Amino acid sequence: MSIFDGLAAVEEEILKCMKCGNCQAVCPLYQESRREPAVARGKIRLAAAVLEGKLEPTDGLAERFALCLTCLACVASCPSGVKVDRIILAARTVLTQKKGLPFIKKTIFTGLSRPRLFDLGVKTAARLQGLLFKNIEPGKMQPRFPIGLELRRIVPPLAPVPFRDQVAEKHTVERPVATVAFFTGCMTNYLYPEIGQATLRVLKAHGVDVIIPRLQHCCGAPILYNGAADMALEMARSHVDLFGGIQADAIITVCGTCGEAFKHLYPELLEDIPRYSERAREVAAKILDITQFLHKLPFNPKLFRAPELAVTYHQPCHLGRGLGVVQEPLFIIRSIPGVNYLPLKEPARCCGNAGSFSLTHYDMSYQILTRKLKDIEDTGAQLVVTGCPACRMHLTDGLTQEQMPQKVVHTVELLARLLEEK
Amino acid sequence: MSVAQAIEALRRELGKNNVITATEDLFCYSYDATADLPEQTPDVVVTPENVDQVVKVVKIARQFRLPIYPRGSGTNLSGGTVPIKGGIVLSTLKMNRILEIDPSNLTATVQPGVIIQDLNNAVAPYGLIYPPDPGTVATATMGGSVAECSGGLRGLKYGVTRHYVMGLELVLADGEVIRYGGKTVKNVTGYDLVRLFTGSEGTLGIITEIIVRLIPAPQARETMLAGFSRLADAGNAVADIIGQKVIPATLEIMDRVTVETVENFAHVGLPTDVEAILLIEVDGIPEVVKSEAAAVRQVIAKNGGWVKTAENDEEREKLWSARRAALPALARRKPTTILEDATVPRSKITDMLLAVEDIGKRYNLVIGTFGHAGDGNLHPTILADARDEEEMERVRAAVEEIFRAALSLGGTLSGEHGIGIAKKQFLPWEMGNPGVQVLKKIKQALDPDNLLNPGKMVDLT
Ligand SMILES: Cc1cc2nc3c(=O)[nH]c(=O)nc-3n(C[C@H](O)[C@H](O)[C@H](O)COP(=O)(O)OP(=O)(O)OC[C@H]3O[C@@H](n4cnc5c(N)ncnc54)[C@H](O)[C@@H]3O)c2cc1C
Repeated sequence: MSIFDGLAAVEEEILKCMKCGNCQAVCPLYQESRREPAVARGKIRLAAAVLEGKLEPTDGLAERFALCLTCLACVASCPSGVKVDRIILAARTVLTQKKGLPFIKKTIFTGLSRPRLFDLGVKTAARLQGLLFKNIEPGKMQPRFPIGLELRRIVPPLAPVPFRDQVAEKHTVERPVATVAFFTGCMTNYLYPEIGQATLRVLKAHGVDVIIPRLQHCCGAPILYNGAADMALEMARSHVDLFGGIQADAIITVCGTCGEAFKHLYPELLEDIPRYSERAREVAAKILDITQFLHKLPFNPKLFRAPELAVTYHQPCHLGRGLGVVQEPLFIIRSIPGVNYLPLKEPARCCGNAGSFSLTHYDMSYQILTRKLKDIEDTGAQLVVTGCPACRMHLTDGLTQEQMPQKVVHTVELLARLLEEK
Repeated sequence: MSVAQAIEALRRELGKNNVITATEDLFCYSYDATADLPEQTPDVVVTPENVDQVVKVVKIARQFRLPIYPRGSGTNLSGGTVPIKGGIVLSTLKMNRILEIDPSNLTATVQPGVIIQDLNNAVAPYGLIYPPDPGTVATATMGGSVAECSGGLRGLKYGVTRHYVMGLELVLADGEVIRYGGKTVKNVTGYDLVRLFTGSEGTLGIITEIIVRLIPAPQARETMLAGFSRLADAGNAVADIIGQKVIPATLEIMDRVTVETVENFAHVGLPTDVEAILLIEVDGIPEVVKSEAAAVRQVIAKNGGWVKTAENDEEREKLWSARRAALPALARRKPTTILEDATVPRSKITDMLLAVEDIGKRYNLVIGTFGHAGDGNLHPTILADARDEEEMERVRAAVEEIFRAALSLGGTLSGEHGIGIAKKQFLPWEMGNPGVQVLKKIKQALDPDNLLNPGKMVDLT
């Protein structure tokens, strides 16, 4: 039984919680609201109440379970090793089955789950976005109307040409040391093609052949995290088919959440489906974040040169605590001559974006971001490096609104910029 | 007069943002960190922002005869915050300002919802510390820890919460606001009510402001790990260290069950061929630290143990992480963790360790014992599964025997976790019925209508 079959699958996890409350010390949402339902311990009690039949799956309950960043901070610090994220996902799945999704989420997810239609829709939207958004400066827009986004929110424009349409499917170098398949993720494809281009350049510079399968689409994580497992099933299957059929040494991701989808969620989701469970695990075993892969190659710092540059690094939740990629990005950043790494006080604290959470709870999301901005300011760094497009978007939003001068880039973009032209 | 009217009144006086009534939310205030206790949801949760609002809550509670259950972070281990009679849970978490740090008087004034660690962070730049450090420093509130008179790892040398509380502001059950004590080191004006309210578990008044004593941070420290092949040797070493007139800041013990479990789960490099280990830290002026550490090493050798000294911060941190992993690691072995708190005079620590070991064997239970050996405060931790009713019966019987053992050695039911619901029925064992009567008279005098945290510590009927 998987977590996507409901709460019974996580009964042991629920029982393991000894209610010590240690999660209070690390939960960003609890620290803002200081209310027990916000913290893991409270939500676990609610999940137990549902299991015991003491609580009905109400809208109110769905709202309580929506109030979680799935930043995994509680999981990392839980003395009893409770996998809180699994309980949250199981509960959300039950609640979504019973109560359905809010309209805006349902619309988006239905779109995401129909790859061809989605691609067409985004491309059309890219042409028309000027009607709904005004340009602030290159790479930054603000909504003209409240279209499900806060008016003050700064977002990147949709790329006129998505990344996967900009590049060929296969890229070969002379005497390759490895071949990888690149899963780009939606944000890189439609919002930040420069992250995709950077990945390609850096991999090629390291002598790696890259395949960017045309037929890839959304990983489905946003849907799974919102409890709509049934909608994501086909997405998972098609990716397992697609990437399972490619001869590659590794599958590269540039977003911790996409990586998590392949590595942890697909095997869980496809666990009981005969032909898929095995292959899902094989595909999962090949998933590596770009920094992990480069670090293993090994990374060649001689390819890069920085004019004195002071950078800091924000650790994305799903990359760090989710995939366990903590040291590799730091190792890479610090090994480039000229780069001066100035650590954040709490590098691993959630920035507050949390995917669709920032759509539905923007105020709280921004409140959490405010702490991160203060931390960034304290480092004195000029550039914020991070390993996740969503964090990048959120940090840029905050820095712009607060009129702070720091810029944000993905780790691999930093590398591509510092790559010495040969 | 109904609960609905009371809620109406609370909303009017506190604003609707400070009054929580959704069923889903109330469930999250039905428990604390205590295992194996009944849970109960309150009728309403209030989050007052200042003392005036606390007074209003008390007045409304009086008018509508609803009990009030004060609550900080809900991390206590005696059922102190479970609203067993329904009514109002009063959360102090919105009263979380550090009002003043006064380096010339070495005091800090805080609201009850301040987290202990936040106070420590705030006074660190002054070179000061607030020593009481329960395992929950990062989560527990000042109000909750004063109400429980929490102890912690440094009790032996630095004492417990009551040794640092100098003044209190409280709202009494009749709605009056009173202040006792203050910033003076000396104060014998009237009965020592600051001490009475410290450790009163929310049954006598609601704490709304606390003045605490701070001390200079120690200049140097040395941390050592000692291993013993017999449990009794470890216990005797504890007594001997103190016999040598060395008072370590920390003197912690972990028995074999705990050590093995920690090593299995956390892999911190602990030896697993021991019956017990001690973690010892001496601190103070550098020269004194040196000579005390030397004395400690001698005592350990004399008792047949080996010792390893942390050479740098990294090694020290490693030893500490082993100690911090004790409860977590134990908690992972089985779903239900019952953490006991029986305490004996430290000269009896060996007897108590052996008694617990024996009780575990007789009831066929896994008990890991660790704790603050230096002050006689052990935490025998019973690992069980709440779904196994037969096993839970054995757990309850074993807990009673642990209490009896501690009392027969001249100890106490609870060193630092409090009485609450969990140990209420055992009070007569320690203080006799006449002793319990005195508690009741105090409760009767201050809260005749039994409005404040009813059902905890003593029952009025
Ligand atoms: C893993 C773990 C380790 C622990 N380690 C230790 C330890 O080493 N030493 C130790 O002593 N304890 C320890 N404890 C117990 C607990 O953390 C402490 O008792 C803690 O100080 C309680 O603080 P709190 O804010 O959670 O209070 P709560 O649990 O919310 O409340 C505790 C009691 O205080 C009352 N109360 C709360 N606020 C007020 C107020 N403003 N006015 C009046 N009454 C009030 C409540 O009604 C209740 O009776 C541990 C607990 C856990 C779960």
